[in-house]
Order: sequence, then C-alpha cells, then structure tokens
Amino acid sequence: MRYLQELPDADIPHTEMPPRYHTGRLPNSKAGDDKPRLLLMGQPRSGKSSISSVVFHKLPPSETLYLETTTRIKKESMHSFMDFQVWDLPGHVDYFDPSFHVDHIFEEIGALIWVIDAQDEYLEAIMQLNKTILNLQHSYPSINVEVFVHKVDGLSDDYKADTFRDIIQRVTDELSDHGYENAPVSFYQTSIYDHSIFEAFSKVIQKLIPQLPTLEALLDSLCQSCRIEKAYLFDIMSKIYIAADTSPTDGGSYEIASDYIDVVIDVSEIYGWDRTLALEVEEEEIRGESGCNDAESLITMERKGNHYLYLREINKYLALICLMGDDSPAEKKAVIDYNVGVFQTALKQVFPRAEREPPGHHHRYEGVEFGHDEPAAVGVGR
Amino acid sequence: MNTGKRQKQRKVLLMGKSGAGKSSMRSIVFSNYVAKDVRRLGATIDVEHSNIKFMGNLMLNLWDCGGQDGFVENYLTHQRAHVFSSVAVLIFVFDIESREFAADVISYSSIIRALQENSPSAKVFVLIHKMDLVQARLRQQLFEERAEYIRAASEGFKDTVEFWATSIWDQSLYKAWTQIIYYLIPNAGSIEALLRQLAEVIDARELILYERTTCLTVTHVTRGLEERNPFTDRFERISSILKTHKQSMAKHTNLPPNIANFAEMQIKTGRFMFFITRLTENTNLAAAIPPSEQIFNAARVNISLVRPRFAELDIGSAKASARGGIQQAFASSGMGAVEDGRRRDGEGESGGVE
Repeated sequence: MRYLQELPDADIPHTEMPPRYHTGRLPNSKAGDDKPRLLLMGQPRSGKSSISSVVFHKLPPSETLYLETTTRIKKESMHSFMDFQVWDLPGHVDYFDPSFHVDHIFEEIGALIWVIDAQDEYLEAIMQLNKTILNLQHSYPSINVEVFVHKVDGLSDDYKADTFRDIIQRVTDELSDHGYENAPVSFYQTSIYDHSIFEAFSKVIQKLIPQLPTLEALLDSLCQSCRIEKAYLFDIMSKIYIAADTSPTDGGSYEIASDYIDVVIDVSEIYGWDRTLALEVEEEEIRGESGCNDAESLITMERKGNHYLYLREINKYLALICLMGDDSPAEKKAVIDYNVGVFQTALKQVFPRAEREPPGHHHRYEGVEFGHDEPAAVGVGR
Repeated sequence: MNTGKRQKQRKVLLMGKSGAGKSSMRSIVFSNYVAKDVRRLGATIDVEHSNIKFMGNLMLNLWDCGGQDGFVENYLTHQRAHVFSSVAVLIFVFDIESREFAADVISYSSIIRALQENSPSAKVFVLIHKMDLVQARLRQQLFEERAEYIRAASEGFKDTVEFWATSIWDQSLYKAWTQIIYYLIPNAGSIEALLRQLAEVIDARELILYERTTCLTVTHVTRGLEERNPFTDRFERISSILKTHKQSMAKHTNLPPNIANFAEMQIKTGRFMFFITRLTENTNLAAAIPPSEQIFNAARVNISLVRPRFAELDIGSAKASARGGIQQAFASSGMGAVEDGRRRDGEGESGGVE
C-alpha cells in the first residue's frame, strides 16, 4: 500500500503562519489544528485534478488537457476567511481496502466531492460512489456527499438534463435498496469551461459555514435598505461566494459579479505595484492622507444611468458585490456606503476572523492584494 | 508624426494568404468577437469593407481582402488601380505556421510592387501571426529570422516596414493594432500635448485615451514614478481587460456589445485610484491617480471641464491654440483651492492654472 506510506510526505502547501482563528469550524471537525478538508474523489480521468487546478490555481481550462494523472494524494490549502484543505485523491485506489488507514483520510472531512464524467460510461462510477457512501455511513454519518456531474459542456441541453436525472435516479435508488433513505447527497452539473464549477464549489462550501443563516440575513437586510437587486459576499482569490442574499436569481448574476472581480483585480495588479521599491526617486511626493482603506469600485452603465455594479472590499479575503436594479437609488451612493459600513461591522462580530490581520502577515497570493495592509506605501509624508 | 494634413478617410488594406487570420483579427478588434468565436468564420470572398470611426476626424476604411489565389490574382491585374490607389496603410499578415513561407513572400513582393506603383507614400505593417503555436522559447528567434527575410523582399518599403508578432489569444494583437492606429491618427501630436497638460493639472500618474468600441489605446501619458511601473505591457492589458468586460456585460444584460458601454468605472484602493470616464463621442479616458479623494474629485471636475477642448480636436475644426484654451477652462473652474493644498514646491507648470 504505497499510497498510505506516502501520506505524511504528501505535498503540503506552504503557509507562512499557522492559522490562529478557527471560527469557521466544521460540524464534525475535531478541536485539533488540522484544517477541515474537502475530498475530491471519483474514477480516474473524471476531472478531479483539472477542477482543483482551475479553481485553486487559476489554470486556464484549456491547459488542463496536459495535466498528468494523479498518482498520490495532492493537498491544496485555501487561505481565506476560514482555512481549509482540498485533497485530490487518485482515482484508482480502493480506499476501503482493510490495509488502508481509513480514518486518516476521512476523519475531519467536511465534504466529500465525488466527480462523475458525464461524457463517459458512468455505471461503474455510480457503483463506486454508492460503495463509498455506504461505507462511510456508519462511521461518519454527518459527511456531506456532493456529486459533481462533470464535463457537461460537451453535451447537448436535452442530453445533459437526461444524464443528470438518470444519475440522480440511479444513486438514490441504489442507496434506498440498501436501506439508506434520505442520504445527505447533493448533485450539481459542472464544467471547468464556464462558471458552473465555481458556483458548485460555492454551494458546497456554504454548507460548511455555520454562520450562513446570519450572513444571509445580513445581506437580505442590506439589499432591502438599499434596494439592491442581488448581493454576493465573495472570496476574492477563489471567486467562490460564501453567501448571497436569498432573493431568487436568473443565474447570470453570479457570472457578472465574478467577471467584475476579475476586472478590479487585474487593474489593481497593474497600478497597485509597490512604489516603495522605487523610492530613491525624490520627485514623487507621498502624501500624508490616503484615500480609502477598503478598495471599492463602481461601474455605471451608460444605458441605464444607474449604479449598475458596486464592489467593496470587506476585509483581506472578502469582497461584497452588489448588482443594482433599475430602481436603485443611483444618486445615493453615500447611503449605500453607510449601509455597507454597517454590514461590515456586523460581519466582524459574526466572523472574528474577518478582522484585519496584524501587519506583516502577508497574503499568500502576490499581486492581488489591494494594498491596504502596507500603509507605509501611501502614509509617509515628506 | 504625420500632422497637418487632415484626411477624412484613411484607406487600410488587410492582406495575406488565405487562412492567415486576417478576418479573425478584424472580428476581434473591431466587431466584438472573442478569440474562440472566430472558428465560426469562413473564407472571405473578394473584399469586405468596414468603416470604423476613431476620434471623429479619423475614419478608417478597412479593406479585408480575401487571400485565395484567384482573388489575389484579380487584385493585381483587373483591380490593380482600384485596390492599391490612395492607400494609407497596408497590413500584411503572415501565418507563422505556413509550410510555404517562400511562396508567401513572393506573393508579398508582388503586392508590395503594386503598392509602390499606386501609393508610394503608404506605410507597411507586417504582422507575423499565430505566434501562440510556436514554443515560447523559440518565438523571438523565429520572429526575427522571418522579419529579416521579409524585409529583404520589401523593395521600396525596406526601411519603413514594421514587424509585429501577434496572436489572437493574448494582448499582442492589441499591441500591434495600437501602433497602427497611432500612426493613422492625423493629430496625435496635439491630442497628446493636450493630454499631457491635463495630466499635469490633475496630478495624474497616468492617463490613457482609448477608443470605445475597439478599446484600442489612442495615446497615453505617464508621469513621475509611474514610469517605473513594472507592467510595461499594461496598455494592451487594459485594452484586453476592458474588452473582455464589455463582452461579459453584453452577455448578461442582453445588450448588443456595441452599446454595452459603461458610463463610468471607478476603482479606489489604498495605493491608487483609477477611473474611466467618457471623454468624447468615440473615446474614453482612463486615469490612474494617487490615492486621495481630493485629487479624485478635482480630477473628475477638471476632466468634465476639458471635454469641449477634446471634442474640438475630435472634430478637427480647432486651430492649434490648445494651450490657451485649456488654461481658460481651468481658470474658470475655481479649482485653485484644491490645487493649493497639494502643489509641489518649485513646480512651475501648475502656476498657470490659477
């Protein structure tokens, strides 16, 4: 059992400082320091590594063709409002082989994501999935099982819907045949070529946030007071949203919000370079006062003349994105700013982690920070 | 560069072998296609004309010339004078992957000869295209080899021909087209001078003037420390970011891309502030300024005051009294108070503003 022995040496992502807060404790996580895990499982070549590369490493989807088959467990860390790990498990191993130390893998996990290739024969995959669910049922009944019906981009709309329904039917039937009714299994249609994979991940992660109802209530009341059409709380790096208001959506709004973050991040990367590096030049005066501590952005569309999109950095990790409707109070940006401020304060109480990290604790990802964590860059008077 | 002479229409020929990527390029730059959409395009039959308006006084008359042998033969014989007369710019596209490079160059020479007969003052841009298909480490060398070979066949244009390596999958396409457009704008010099004055007055780190439909940079002004910005390809990148965003907005608002324009965009952070606003009918202005609300608000007021000056340049009716005009515009704005608090010692220029 090679894989088991390699487990301790598996690639552990680099972190500069151990996390200090664990407010986002998962329902079944132990008190230990280990981060809650998401397990990616499924048949070989179903797309597990592609998913984790696209979501966590921003690999362009077209490049995933060149990924090699995973032969050992790969661990990805996500540092955000809560830290968790994503483990990418090779598809060709039987994890319930008695010689395997099952607990080592499955203890502390928050969710098990099972990837099924919708363009391939999926009967074998369903069999494996059910076997896994039934095995886990006894020891870890609270694990959420999330089934990604993956690679649906290659299927026609009708065929896609049929396949999806068929997979759901087969899994639930087989589980109830074994006497396991109402299993905690959810299904998603995903593809790395559009936003669906990010939306599915968002839903998976939202289930692991105990404060979700509070967050939703906060966003709801924000929307109501400012007549916002839709509000999302995004994790900036991964573009996973951890909460949204509860109003119904037409599906496109997540994409608008996510594309908008890209624009803001890209521009911030270009102009947010560290000027202290070039400071031997005396010409540039650096002013005592600085603009705003939290990055904010606004796009007004020409056609409507309303504030169409609004982005506000909530803390190091999170950004609030609001889509304004036709009747949003366009001229009352101050009102929105104020209410967002209130929302920010409330969020701090819910999520102690949302507070600022002490200076010196650097964001792991270069080039995307909005720059407020180094006030020296703008704060030194001359 | 080529100021003075004002021409309403500038004829631009887009030529090259069939399948080289001429129409793909045109669709992406001028018709809001995304790179993966170009698979839908078929071969261009004969010549497709498109008119693109830039900065009011520049009307691009783009001739996308189908590259199949039969058509090329026809351009060189029956339509020779029609096609090659009064050309401002010839853009010739080479496919880097072509197996018959020597034959491509022969065809290129015969076109160059026809151009020399009919429009000897034209400018030639050679785009070596589909560079994404070459391994990254070999790109530069291969590009240089090809460029030298083509230059040798450029006859009368040998000394003026410019070469660009392009690909529709990155911002290199925007880089090349930005240069072409810059060459074509008749009063680029005066626009740039006015922009530089504006930058001084509002204390901008950088101003970028770009065309609204294509998001191509018309010109830009960089001041002070910003010249050390490590992202030297930022103008192309911004073109590409804005273009992508335009498409995303169009998709989700169900508006056609040509009208899914934003009226204004602002980004404020602790390190910089950035905003884009409409300047003239066809152009937007992107400004990167220091992170201060004061400067931000002053800049917005000043830009709205200077709009008529740019509009005049746009129409091309103004004589070259840009300097006097801009000062008047600012003088009446009562911006003195804002200027005061942040003026540098020993800085003479902003004195004229008050």
